[in-house]
Amino acid sequence: MALALVGALMPKWLTFLITMAAANGLVSLGIVVLMRGGVVPFGQGMVFAIGGYTAALMFNKMGITDALFLTLCGGVIAALVAAPFAPLLSRYRGIFFAMLTLALSMVTYGLLMKLEVLGGSDGFNLGRPTLLGYKLPDDQVGYIMYVLTITVSSIMALLARIYFDSTRGLITLATKENELRVEYLGGSVRYAMAINFILAAFCGGLGGALAVMALGHIEPGVSFWTTSGEFVFVAVLAGWQSVIALFVASVVLEVVRSFSSSYFPNTWQMALGIFLLIVIRFLPRGIGSLWVKGGTR
Amino acid sequence: MKAVLQARDVNKKFGAVVAASNLNIEIFAGERVSLIGSNGAGKTTFVNMITGYLKPDQGQIWLDGQDITALYPRAITHLGVARSFQIPQLYGELTVLDNMLVANACHDQKLSFWLPARRSVAIERADALLDRFALTEHRSRKVAELPGGVRKLLDIAMALTGSPKLLLLDEPTSGVSAEEKFPMMETIMAGLGQDSATTVLFVEHDMDIVNRYASRVVAFYSGRIIADDTPEVALATDDVRRYVTGELLGE
Repeated sequence: MALALVGALMPKWLTFLITMAAANGLVSLGIVVLMRGGVVPFGQGMVFAIGGYTAALMFNKMGITDALFLTLCGGVIAALVAAPFAPLLSRYRGIFFAMLTLALSMVTYGLLMKLEVLGGSDGFNLGRPTLLGYKLPDDQVGYIMYVLTITVSSIMALLARIYFDSTRGLITLATKENELRVEYLGGSVRYAMAINFILAAFCGGLGGALAVMALGHIEPGVSFWTTSGEFVFVAVLAGWQSVIALFVASVVLEVVRSFSSSYFPNTWQMALGIFLLIVIRFLPRGIGSLWVKGGTR
Repeated sequence: MKAVLQARDVNKKFGAVVAASNLNIEIFAGERVSLIGSNGAGKTTFVNMITGYLKPDQGQIWLDGQDITALYPRAITHLGVARSFQIPQLYGELTVLDNMLVANACHDQKLSFWLPARRSVAIERADALLDRFALTEHRSRKVAELPGGVRKLLDIAMALTGSPKLLLLDEPTSGVSAEEKFPMMETIMAGLGQDSATTVLFVEHDMDIVNRYASRVVAFYSGRIIADDTPEVALATDDVRRYVTGELLGE
């Protein structure tokens, strides 16, 4: 609520920046769901793209314009597309898991580039969404998308916190350290990993749909490996202990990206890299460890 | 008397090495059975076959009359078999209490996305077990900081969380100093004491421990059972003295 009120006083460039940061933060939230179980996906661009394309296609082809409904559809479709792969991916760990998810996102990228019906390499635009039956006026669309995005992000952050503290959440954390014992205690490691992959896809799909509606455009680059790398960057920067840290890290990324690309247009990735190195060196558990003590939150 | 565990004609080979040769054994409710034998005799292979980690090449294993030979470890755990490990398998980055809560959550058949793992009922249950194993003072400590003996006790306490019918302890006193062994076994037995329904099978190398705490001894040699009797009788047989305790090595 406070963020929504503050947003009304912010300049438009800042509300847009925070909207994108919160939408991208949702994808990274999915990565943290998986990281807590000890695996890091390098292909969350795939679910981001599925969420984005779902919202954009439903908008353009089916005439569905409600932003909230499109957001939910983005999440659900991304989860449904990811679900058949979950049993396979739940068998892999470490670099194999990372590479398989990367492969899936690059296959998606290839398909999106080639399929003209999906806009090919140029992608396509979508118009202005509505919200709960109301048309959004020109001067308020940015702010309303901002409120919607931070509302969805806040709800997902709260649900993630509840999940992390639940019995299933604790089993995920235990899986990261000792899978053998989880199985001998009666827990299912593969089931936990598969469920987490689907939940991560749902989060990524929500983020993709929200980002695409805020941008008004989608193109295959959202599934490219560099986009996935940025989501991992945010997750590593935040660490796996705090949900709030994710959204802080996502804002940091957007700020560093915006200012670096203005002042060092060709070397902003270097600035980003140096920043990440500093964080890893001094805060190996991410910026969340600044306010979360111990190892279980 | 009804057998909790039954193994019939169980065989297992690793290449040319015979790890289990026609094993036939029945374990009855409430027994404290010690598995003894030199390294490579087949004790751990037998334990691993009971828990489903290894599958026998031939033969069947029943738990309470149900064939568990082809089941996976998780399914066997849910049927009432729990185990501790020679090297404790714990979660070093979590506290002692959280380790117990992990065990509690894993045993919970109705896992939830929202039911807090640290809810009061689960904490009370965990605290009760910690108390039985004299671990209450370590409750909030990170497991990575604990001494070996305490980790062993925690490993066993976690295995007991689901109130198993059959508890398998793999060398519960290994890695513990000689003067700590008996106090530790006393703590374990006191902890188990209230679970008279739990049948215990423990792998052990220390014959003093076996003598004092086992009600029955099953001795292994080259994958075969060479003795199966009370400790007094089993430890006095020539085969056990020759192949297990080494008393007749020169003869």
